Amino acid sequence: METLWFCVIALLWLGYLFLEGFDFGVGMLLPVLGRDETERRVLINTIGPVWDGNEVWLIVAVGATFAAFPDWYASLLSATYLPLTLFLLALIGRGVAFEYRGKVDSARWRRAWDAVIVTGSWTAALSVGLVLSATVFGLPLDAAGDRVGSPFAAVRPETLLGAVAVAGYSLVHGAVFLALKTEGQVRFRARGLALGVAPVALVPLLVLLLTVQLRFGSAWTWAASTVVALAVLGAWGRLVLGREGQSFALMGVAVAATVAALFGALYPNVLPSTLDPAWSLTVSGAASSPYTLTVITWVAAFGTPAVLVYQGWTYWVFRRRIGTRHIPPVHVVPSGDRPAGQGS
Amino acid sequence: MDVLDLARWQFGITTVYHFLMVPLTIGLSLLVATMQTAWVRTGDRRYLAMTRFWGKLLLINFAMGVVTGIVQEFQFGMTWSAYSRFVGDVFGAPLAMEGLVAFFVESTFLGLWIFGWDRLPKKVHLACVWAFSLATIASAYFILAANSWMQHPVGVEMADGRPRLTSIWAVLGNSTVLAAFPHTVFGAFAVAGAFLVGIAAWHLWRRAEEGRADEEGAVWRASVKLGTWVGVAAFAGLAVSGDLQGKLMFEQQPMKMAAAEALCHTERPASFSVFAVGDVSRPDCEDVKSVTVPALLSFLAHGDFSTEVKGIEELVPLYQERYGANYPVDERLGELSGQPIDYVPNLPVTYWGFRLMIGFGAAGAAAGVLVLWLTRGGRVPRGRWFPWLALGGVAAPFLGNSSGWIFTEMGRQPFVVVPNPGGVDGVWMFTARAVSSSTPGEVLTSLISLTLVYGVLAVVEGFLIRRYVRAGVAGVLPDRTGDPGGTGEKKDDDVLSFAY
Ligand code: HDD
Ligand code: HEM
Ligand code: HEM
Repeated sequence: METLWFCVIALLWLGYLFLEGFDFGVGMLLPVLGRDETERRVLINTIGPVWDGNEVWLIVAVGATFAAFPDWYASLLSATYLPLTLFLLALIGRGVAFEYRGKVDSARWRRAWDAVIVTGSWTAALSVGLVLSATVFGLPLDAAGDRVGSPFAAVRPETLLGAVAVAGYSLVHGAVFLALKTEGQVRFRARGLALGVAPVALVPLLVLLLTVQLRFGSAWTWAASTVVALAVLGAWGRLVLGREGQSFALMGVAVAATVAALFGALYPNVLPSTLDPAWSLTVSGAASSPYTLTVITWVAAFGTPAVLVYQGWTYWVFRRRIGTRHIPPVHVVPSGDRPAGQGS
Repeated sequence: MDVLDLARWQFGITTVYHFLMVPLTIGLSLLVATMQTAWVRTGDRRYLAMTRFWGKLLLINFAMGVVTGIVQEFQFGMTWSAYSRFVGDVFGAPLAMEGLVAFFVESTFLGLWIFGWDRLPKKVHLACVWAFSLATIASAYFILAANSWMQHPVGVEMADGRPRLTSIWAVLGNSTVLAAFPHTVFGAFAVAGAFLVGIAAWHLWRRAEEGRADEEGAVWRASVKLGTWVGVAAFAGLAVSGDLQGKLMFEQQPMKMAAAEALCHTERPASFSVFAVGDVSRPDCEDVKSVTVPALLSFLAHGDFSTEVKGIEELVPLYQERYGANYPVDERLGELSGQPIDYVPNLPVTYWGFRLMIGFGAAGAAAGVLVLWLTRGGRVPRGRWFPWLALGGVAAPFLGNSSGWIFTEMGRQPFVVVPNPGGVDGVWMFTARAVSSSTPGEVLTSLISLTLVYGVLAVVEGFLIRRYVRAGVAGVLPDRTGDPGGTGEKKDDDVLSFAY
């Protein structure tokens, strides 16, 4: 049962990285792919209806960790305090920016929010990458599960590599997503960019996997890592041929195999201690009682299929490509001192 | 300041802030769903205008509710890790359920609602706003179940020094949440009702000033009426459910009961203090001049006019006997290590928090009734005071809600999980023990940065709300295609009828 929940949490992170990965990417690429205001609105509208739903994968991943492995939740979150603070600030900025950017028709206003979207997306992708890889590589925890040492204990070469890996993946994933979801100029630019940056941006991910393998690898995580490598190659190849849908799907395979490899390497630990292996938090040691796990298993058994169905439906409803021709003119909110249309 | 103080300030600031958005989202979403239902059923464009206008304000507010909520979820692990380890077996489950059952529905269907105006069939689109609204209420239930467990731990047994869940139904059916949930939801409707009344009344006043007489007036009149009735009903609901909570508090948390009254000595029958002049904090609470209603407190506590209500001086020895007179000697407790435990909550805060909760709530409802009466039969008062009355009425229930929470949460100090006289004994945790082993620098960094960001966002949200309020209906019903608001027909090429 603990192992089942370990897998569920891996799955939730997979959902989060796959879904929010592309909306991080869209945010990161906003100024690069959106040359003018209309194009930037095209970009933002590709994720408009879904970014909040994507973020809930994070909320549930963290909530499920709390419910199933309270010790993991407590130790990880308190030990990576500052990176998480940065992550939260970035999520706050991004979320508000998407909603508020279009609410006032002024170039300055939009420029300011664009800056928040771009920095927020980069910061969030980097910091979540850092925290996740710290989970895999371990933290200096004492016997009580508390961090020993400086607040920056989570910042090490291998976790920085993890940060760059997640950001690089998001960048490419976002570009492929945009190639799939837009039309016209933006689409071709997105495709060109994805093809151009992928050979560089995906390297950290592969190096990260290699590092993890060399340290903790077993036969089947080797297999998973190989799948990642093949999938990103395939994604690149499909994109060259203009098959954006297949390319996007292969990016999904890549992130799924990445999560499998990382969590596979972690198991049966949930959070290794770098000080003494005996202090590592393990799947059985950190878990809630069997009763609690049973309760949340029932909830998840009914809840998860429903979520997949209605989130899938949302993507279906908004499945069409978006182009500049769909963007309505900016709707000017009257300043309000006078009724609209009654000038004076 | 040590980590404990910083962590408490941070939790207090961020939650009170989160709870400014929360009640408005809960209350307004249901009212918007009702308005849209009225539009779909009658086809009356007035209701469409209402849906669009109030819906827009709802969205501006919702975004802030979401981003501040995420901080809450992380905070338990970041700053209260000892607490999280202690209660994880019980506390995590409702949180996970909230995410899986409520937040997914909320966020997904809101996206569909915003962007689906022309893409979805009318009825399906209407169903989306209902799904959203009901999910916000469901989320309130789960989080309040978690919170109520801290006030009144049930459904657990102690194992290895931690509470272990034995019955999820006991947690979800805790008497405390059965009372707190209606109370909180009514509180949300008090906020939403006053919001409608205040803003609509301001519009009526401005139209009168400008001598306008187009059809928009009907929108505002309908909003005033709806808002007032909702607000008054909500206040009645608050009084009934609050009375229920008072009775539970008397049984479950006698010290909080005494603190709410700043009641020094046991009284029988106990009188209710309406307000006091002077300092209500110990030890000089005897000197306070207080206006009291005889025997009312006994009634609030137990339903008759003669029950004995225990005072602080009598309760403290009881608590000391049961839960210890001194904190254990433990370096993790910092300055508190080995010190005497202060079982008395901050009396000025609890005493005034309780009164302000009721007072602000009553003021909001009264403002609504007054506005409705003043605008009866098409009248609009012309004085400058009228818009101030209207807008003051908006602020009152927000303040009432904040006061209620501050009272509840401060009133359970020094415990974070309050020992339970009537139920599973032995389950409690001192707030001082709950905090993480983080460094003060870390908590100070997040405290300062979050507070600053929240401050900036408050200004931005206020600015946007003001702007859209002033723009009125014209701001949300563009005459785009000669068919504003959409016919509800699917137009295949219309990918985004409501774009950012
Ligand atoms: C009585 C109701 C209530 C209370 C006491 C709280 N919240 Fe809340 N929360 C809501 C009612 C709500 C809501 C109505 O569902 C929100 C508010 C506005 C919104 O956007 O959804 C929300 C949003 C919200 C979100 C974002 C959801 C999303 O992305 O859609 C999270 C993660 C939390 N909350 C978590 C918390 C935590 C950990 C709390 C405990 C301290 C808390 N909330 C107190
Ligand atoms: C949204 C409404 C809420 C408000 C406005 C609120 C307010 C507060 C305040 C003001 C404090 C500080 C008390 C003090 O320092 O003396 C506090 C503490 C705390 N509250 Fe709440 N609270 C709310 C909901 C919740 C919920 C739903 C939970 C749990 C599910 C919760 C858990 C806690 C915890 C763990 C603390 C820290 C310990 C402490 O300082 O007392 N609160 N809250
Ligand atoms: C009219 C009479 C009212 C009574 C008798 C009353 C009673 C109470 C009591 C006893 C509590 C504490 C519960 C506990 O900690 O165990 C409480 C909490 C609270 N009250 Fe009230 N209340 C009233 C009106 C209001 C109004 C008008 C509002 C808001 C506008 C409000 C908002 C709150 C909130 C937000 C809480 C904290 C959450 C909770 O415990 O449910 N109350 N109230």
